[in-house]
Amino acid sequence: MRYGVLICLLLSIVFTSCKKDDEYIATPMPLSIPQLFAEKLSPPIIPGDNPQTREGIALGRKLFYDPILSGDGTQACASCHNPQNAFSDERRFSIGIDGLEGNRNSMPLFNMAWNFSEDFFWDGRAKGLENQALEPVTNPIEMHNTWEQATVSLQATSDYPLLFSNAFGTENISKELVVKAISQFTRTLISSNSKFDKHLAGEAELTTSEANGLAVFLDESRGDCFHCHGDPNTPIWTDNTFHNNGLDETITDRGLGAFTGDPRDFGLFKSPSLRNLAFTAPYMHDGRFQTLDEVINHYSEGLVYSETIDPLMKTISEGGVHLSENDKADLKAFLLSLSDPSFINNPDFQDPN
Amino acid sequence: MKKIALFLAVAISIVVVSCKSDDDTTTTPQNVNVAFTFTQNWDGNNITNADYETTVYTNAHGTDQTISKLDYLISDITFTNSTGQSFSAEDYNLISARNGTNVNFTPDVQIPTGDYVVSFTFGFDEEDNVDAAYPDLTSATWGVPTPLGGGYHYMRLEGKFDDGTPTPANYAYHTIRAFNTATSTPFDTSFEVTIGSVTVSENTNVEVKMDVSEWFINPNEWDLNVLNSALMMNYNAQLMMSQNGTTVFSLGAVTQ
Ligand code: HEC
Ligand code: HEC
Repeated sequence: MRYGVLICLLLSIVFTSCKKDDEYIATPMPLSIPQLFAEKLSPPIIPGDNPQTREGIALGRKLFYDPILSGDGTQACASCHNPQNAFSDERRFSIGIDGLEGNRNSMPLFNMAWNFSEDFFWDGRAKGLENQALEPVTNPIEMHNTWEQATVSLQATSDYPLLFSNAFGTENISKELVVKAISQFTRTLISSNSKFDKHLAGEAELTTSEANGLAVFLDESRGDCFHCHGDPNTPIWTDNTFHNNGLDETITDRGLGAFTGDPRDFGLFKSPSLRNLAFTAPYMHDGRFQTLDEVINHYSEGLVYSETIDPLMKTISEGGVHLSENDKADLKAFLLSLSDPSFINNPDFQDPN
Repeated sequence: MKKIALFLAVAISIVVVSCKSDDDTTTTPQNVNVAFTFTQNWDGNNITNADYETTVYTNAHGTDQTISKLDYLISDITFTNSTGQSFSAEDYNLISARNGTNVNFTPDVQIPTGDYVVSFTFGFDEEDNVDAAYPDLTSATWGVPTPLGGGYHYMRLEGKFDDGTPTPANYAYHTIRAFNTATSTPFDTSFEVTIGSVTVSENTNVEVKMDVSEWFINPNEWDLNVLNSALMMNYNAQLMMSQNGTTVFSLGAVTQ
């Protein structure tokens, strides 16, 4: 104990001497890292200039649910990222404030601090969560606002200036601070309590069907899903990198290639996490599949060749490896065991307004 | 207990730092780091980013193939001097050749200047190939699922080949510890590569070349039409790949 005190003293000396006098620091509130993540994975990514704080997270949560950020005050982030859908959208294409539809399915939001490449969106065009959050506000088919207008609106309210002051030490609201706050909130969206997580923790038993589904998933000659979506040692259930998983013979949405300009990237999209599939239908970047059965049929017998198809896709000339009906059902049961109802109902994540 | 250990570590490091005087460095010989650069070629032709997915190579069996991905792990770079004394940081490096990630690597060990035989392990040997033991590698989805023997991949070499049909077929030449899934018996297929003799001075950089074509030549001429995927679960294929791997690496330029 005495040593503990000494260390604290030492550390506080170090910190005090490094701290600039005028720097405001809100109440630190580090991410609570699930034990399984801490054991298996590298630490989450939190930018040095945007530490998690109680006030920042609360402000970000309020902003996430507040339509004030949109051009006509009708749409919030949550309009297309619904907690009941693991912060995705049950519509195939979300609709922006002008009634315009995009061509991509909204993405679920969770465990984003463990996206080690920090490439966001289906096509990876935003680097880092803060940069990502800059986009929807001005996107003409989404919230269609200007940042100038958005910050003026926030500044004119009775409560936001004080909240920004509490979080960042200034009442001057800027887009940089808005996206910092939102990102602090979205980093707290951690999902780690599925049936499968409980199974790994020794608190739940898989059914025979789920266990066989896992075997199919990990079997190179059947599912071989793990190379892109991870295995029980990688609880984020994605590699967060880009692949063409054989959806189209002719690439219309170039995905990563539209961003990099490299033809070898045409039709590549980020592998989504397989957590919370029970809540995130429809599936794929364009929401083309309504059900998990359709997804599994795609991998089993619906693969089509295009130049950039990933080498891990097997026997494409026959559409895939043709799983047995039993294996398909079991694979689906296993996938559903990765869903986490406590995540979508977590009171800390709901609308505070 | 932990706190005491931490305190001791802090205390010791303070002592060590404060005790180091300038005189020491003049009396003891200067120890140095050695930098490595990993390059890849196909039978002597350098493989650059632009070659991935585009350049067609003909392998020893006469099959045309391209390369999409070439990631590999090396570990335990070791320097052995003429008296048999060896130095190693016992660290590891995962190279992604296509985008050049970690092609430059400096093992975390300082050694006296002089002549050494340099060796390393391709992949992880049994002692190091521990399931989920390295969070950075696990996070990079470099692990091997437990039912396939656990531990980590050694190499992921992927691409397409001409199987005689109108559209190319895929291959995934993945090397791991061989594992007999029927009997759950592992067999260590990592291997030690002795790269050659190197004179280490203050700014030495050692190039380690991989000739990718060698993976397909000897002693096992590789027929991609037969062995193209699901090779991780193929015990014999793993043994054959390991055998072929022994002639893949060679010493390139050593600069001082
Ligand atoms: C009109 C619907 C809509 C609104 C409003 C919206 N989003 Fe999105 N969001 C999407 C769609 C669609 C995508 C996928 C777009 C793409 O990849 O091109 C997406 C992707 C994302 C991603 C990427 C996730 C990942 O894993 O890469 C994040 C993060 C995100 N949105 C956060 C937000 C935030 C924060 C806001 C509010 C500032 C917001 N979104 C507002 C529809 C919306
Ligand atoms: C080569 C890498 C790769 C492999 C192997 C792979 N996937 Fe995928 N998966 C992807 C990519 C990339 C996407 C998104 C593709 C898109 O939308 O264009 C995806 C999408 C999905 C989705 C939709 C999720 C969502 O939120 O929209 C599911 C479910 C899925 N995969 C399950 C599987 C299963 C089950 C297997 C094994 C049978 C598997 N995947 C094998 C890369 C892969």
